[in-house]
Amino acid sequence: MFTRRQFVAASAMAGAALAVGCAKRQRTPWEFLSEPEARTLKAICDQIVPADDFPSASQAGVLTYIDRQLVRHFRSYQESYRRGLQQANLLSKKRFGLDLAAASPQQQFAIVSAIEKQDPHFFELVRTHTLQGYYGSPRHGGNRDAVSWRMLGLAEPPLLGRAQYDLTAGKRS
Amino acid sequence: MNRVNAVVVGAGAAGGIVAKALSTAGLSVVLFERGKWYTANDCRKDDLRNQRTTVLGNAFGPDDEGNPRVWVDVAGATHIALPSEGAYQNNAACVGGGTLSYGAQAWRYLPQDFRMRSTYGAPAGSSLEDWPITYDDLEPFYEKAEYEIGISGDYSGTPFHGPRRRDLPMPPLPPNREFEILEPAAKRLGLHPFHIPMARNSVPYNGRGPCMRCRWCVGFACEVDAKNGSQNTVIPTALATGNCVLHTECMVTEILTDDRGRARGVSWIDEHGHRRQQLSDIVVVSACAIESARLLLNSKSRLFPNGLGNRYDQVGRNLQGHHYTGATGYFDFETYDDVGPGASIAVTDYNHGTPGLCGGGMLANEFIRLPIHMLDRLPGETPRWGPAHKQAMRAYHRRSIVVMGPTQQIPTAAGRVTVDPGVKDKWDLPVARFEGNVHPHTFEIGEIQARRAEAWLKEAGALRTSIGAGKPSLVSAGQHQAGTCRMGDDPHGSVVNKNCQLHDIDNLFVIDSSVHVTNGGFNPVLTIMAIAYFASDSLVRNWKGTQFRS
Repeated sequence: MFTRRQFVAASAMAGAALAVGCAKRQRTPWEFLSEPEARTLKAICDQIVPADDFPSASQAGVLTYIDRQLVRHFRSYQESYRRGLQQANLLSKKRFGLDLAAASPQQQFAIVSAIEKQDPHFFELVRTHTLQGYYGSPRHGGNRDAVSWRMLGLAEPPLLGRAQYDLTAGKRS
Repeated sequence: MNRVNAVVVGAGAAGGIVAKALSTAGLSVVLFERGKWYTANDCRKDDLRNQRTTVLGNAFGPDDEGNPRVWVDVAGATHIALPSEGAYQNNAACVGGGTLSYGAQAWRYLPQDFRMRSTYGAPAGSSLEDWPITYDDLEPFYEKAEYEIGISGDYSGTPFHGPRRRDLPMPPLPPNREFEILEPAAKRLGLHPFHIPMARNSVPYNGRGPCMRCRWCVGFACEVDAKNGSQNTVIPTALATGNCVLHTECMVTEILTDDRGRARGVSWIDEHGHRRQQLSDIVVVSACAIESARLLLNSKSRLFPNGLGNRYDQVGRNLQGHHYTGATGYFDFETYDDVGPGASIAVTDYNHGTPGLCGGGMLANEFIRLPIHMLDRLPGETPRWGPAHKQAMRAYHRRSIVVMGPTQQIPTAAGRVTVDPGVKDKWDLPVARFEGNVHPHTFEIGEIQARRAEAWLKEAGALRTSIGAGKPSLVSAGQHQAGTCRMGDDPHGSVVNKNCQLHDIDNLFVIDSSVHVTNGGFNPVLTIMAIAYFASDSLVRNWKGTQFRS
């Protein structure tokens, strides 16, 4: 039997636990990736499409694209990503004593080049998904603000026809 | 539902036309479609999820859930293919079928395309054969398709076409920049370039407006409804007669036969999953080459233990599509003008008449490029990632032209569709299974076609080129799938007669690309439509109200 005092204390704890749970969910923007995984993936994606006078892959939202699809159309690749990202980070630690995300761009290039040879399955996944996110429809979270299309000299919104659709709205698929 | 005159299975290019022809002639028709009827609200311009680029799934069906197929590799191992994967050989599953989202090239085959065996002889190991009908038999029905569906274009630039009584109903769209670059080059090479015939309004036609020339064309439904398919032409006409009922998201599972061996209707599963029957005087199967064969093979009974029309093991054989080859040219000036549909100019000089080759194919410039299509189409030495890849995208997306074409495949009896003994779909039906390949001579022709495309691009000023000519290990059927219920006079070597009626069962018809004996060196849709008009014309002429009543 609870006393009133115990009940109040228990409620407060449950409330606190609930608050912590919420805060934990809100702290990361990712649906699938953990924060360390996202940092590793960012390093790889930004080697595949680096920044120049136009944004890099991660700056254009490619991580959002990949993360969203990993719980949707790319569900079957969840394990490949988990394992591949872990291996990439281990390789960087072994070679440079640093997390891949903390390594210099030259070191990151060396690691990504090594992955391309050692783990071509994982590399091709990330390469394909990165390029899709960067050059595909902004609707899916990558190619933010249609930046790659404007880079290629494609008018956005298009000059021809009508742009009746908001490319960022609607159900995610 | 009460008994009706006709059941039509599949509301695509052919099924829509058959439903329209029968219902306007006064027959009661039930038209079944396993997919949905999409509207302009579903025409999202999504570069990653459409009917051509399917990295996030098919926009117009089937879904990846519950619709597998099986393919057998050269070593004999079986693999599952999902609808958004290439090995699935997908077309579409929706009202309009492939015509909702196609590129809409609307070619007539050439007279020789109906007489391939007589023209060239059959290469050893092939099943190359003549059609039992000729170009002249089909000509009035090609014309009917061109006028009822609505085709724009201009054949006046080429002598390589069959006789025609009337010009196309609409002029071509104005030339885009690629047309202006490629036309003089082709003429310098002694070729005869001309405007591609397209099922696309260039001027207002059939109560709908013209093409607005946007970037999202092949693979997408048309936002302004200027692309002409069965979903915006013949199917609305059929429904307006009051004689035709369309069931969408309903799957026909079996063709029912009686104890005298005649068709008596179909069983089907409605949109709520209930099993139902629809009795009819005739049944028309128009589900496209792979699904039509599967439905016949899945309709087994005491009289037909191997499926319908399959007494001599012919259903599903001679599966073919097209072997696409070509070249990409890279220029030092802008070739891209962001004007759809992009594909604009073709030559048909290479379809026939090269000594040593059994045919050839049309060559045309490719549809408008989206950036996603350029990722792996950069010059050969370009790194596949990193700053140089990004630079090359910038350098070449607006400075490249792709010329390619559908090489006519030489069919074999071994390239075929069967039903898989183990794998079933969400309706608990055995799924389609692919094995075998077309005749290897096809790839020799394809290689030469690619070199011809390259020569055209070089003449047009390409500084560099890259060739695309593969040797797929599995028959490439895809959207141009054909041949699985061959039309012929001999019941031992074909499934239907020249009126698309099964040799075995006089009130059962297969009317779609399945009946193509050979598939031409062209996109097949206008021929599918002409066959549908031809076969339904004979059906209506022979319909005496009781003719097919059992």
